[in-house]
Amino acid sequence: MSRAGPTIAIIDYQAGNLRSVHKALEKVGARPFITSDARAIEDADGVVFPGQGACDSSMRQLKARGLVSPIRASIAGGKPFLGICLGLQLLLDGSDEGNEPGLGVLAGRVKALPRELGRKIPHMGWNRVELCGSHPVLAGIPNGSHFYFVHSFYADPDDTSVVAGTTSYGVEFCSAVAWDNAVAVQFHPEKSGAMGLRIYENFVRQITARVGA
Amino acid sequence: MLTKRIIPCLDVKAGRVVKGVRFRDHRDAGDPVEMAAWYDAEGADELVFYDITASSDGRDIMLDVVERVADQVFIPLTVGGGLRTVADMHRMLKAGADKVSINTAAVENPDLIRQGAEQFGNQCIVLGLDAMRVAGAEPVRWEVRVRTGDGGGQSAGLDAIEWAARAAELGAGEIVANSMDADGTREGYDLELLSALSEATTVPLVASGGAGSPEHMYDAIDRGRADAVLAASIFHYRVHSIGEAKEYLASRGVPIRPLSAG
Repeated sequence: MSRAGPTIAIIDYQAGNLRSVHKALEKVGARPFITSDARAIEDADGVVFPGQGACDSSMRQLKARGLVSPIRASIAGGKPFLGICLGLQLLLDGSDEGNEPGLGVLAGRVKALPRELGRKIPHMGWNRVELCGSHPVLAGIPNGSHFYFVHSFYADPDDTSVVAGTTSYGVEFCSAVAWDNAVAVQFHPEKSGAMGLRIYENFVRQITARVGA
Repeated sequence: MLTKRIIPCLDVKAGRVVKGVRFRDHRDAGDPVEMAAWYDAEGADELVFYDITASSDGRDIMLDVVERVADQVFIPLTVGGGLRTVADMHRMLKAGADKVSINTAAVENPDLIRQGAEQFGNQCIVLGLDAMRVAGAEPVRWEVRVRTGDGGGQSAGLDAIEWAARAAELGAGEIVANSMDADGTREGYDLELLSALSEATTVPLVASGGAGSPEHMYDAIDRGRADAVLAASIFHYRVHSIGEAKEYLASRGVPIRPLSAG
């Protein structure tokens, strides 16, 4: 690892607070920066795509900032990518939450968590993630570990081979996807204590191994 | 399954954590950043900070405390005390808070709940409900108290249960029900208050005031149907650790986030 750590672009599109993500990446030895500049994303060693809020307004922000193609290109080019919460949902074709098409990186739709008597929405708090697969970014995380969730919708990818973790809340839903150099999670690793930091640590390690810094 | 949360509450005055009894006689309990890191390591599921200084100087100190805590502790933070406008909420969220808790300002201007929820989402807006039993009332009822930062405050002239239901309708995503009668006594939460609130609302309910033992926490979750339990003095003064509380709750079949396996 270079002494300074790899550079990581945290994509800013007015979708929530990025401070904790930034601090978590610093804590594990990376050099994060918050940006909405396509060129800066292209130059970074890795990309974090965070987000909280509504799908439609967020997609409009991404388009207005010219970030749709850079994000797609970055994933397609194999640059290490970590999506968080809305940053997972926006990867799909579209969402039941709104009308705007998503990024379409993964085929499938975003669905609403079922509303039933006695089950509170949003799904907010610590819940278990049952892991499947062996992506390096999820290495060393014991199966059934708890992570912090805040959401009312979930991603439902058509290709189940990308599903890397599932969580149960009325429905068994996909709480993590992973393929090639990309990982995206429904929970907030930057709010999930030591286990969450391990994901950031693994992500930084994956980048370092790739860029050989 | 969603776990029940254990939340240490840190009352902050002039940059230090303090703890009183029934909202009075505050004693120094430590440095907020050190205590937050300690609670994170101990397995706290979330932290609540209440700014109990009323001055504007205190406000800036509080922002600094929240920033320093949020930069080092990676679990959810709720911040309350003296937030009066959407701009106040925004500053706290930008400093690193995940949720903001409002009491007096919401009573005086209920629309603040709606505005906050619209701008930041319901999950960000917590109603801090300071409830006090009405002496001699039959059947039992509770009144809402405001300006409770340092002292007993004053009556808001509202019924606590009705107000909580209205706040939830306006967009409050969580209610912290603080019994002013039980606060700091370590004699147990006000289970009747919790049950009444559970009946009246569907948003997550956090029990606060009176925690003296893990058994009290179990009662709040089981009989009071609380989603989370908040405690201050028993944790600050190491009467019980968060680990002990979690172990006890798990042994009684309550879903909790275990310490070791994450």
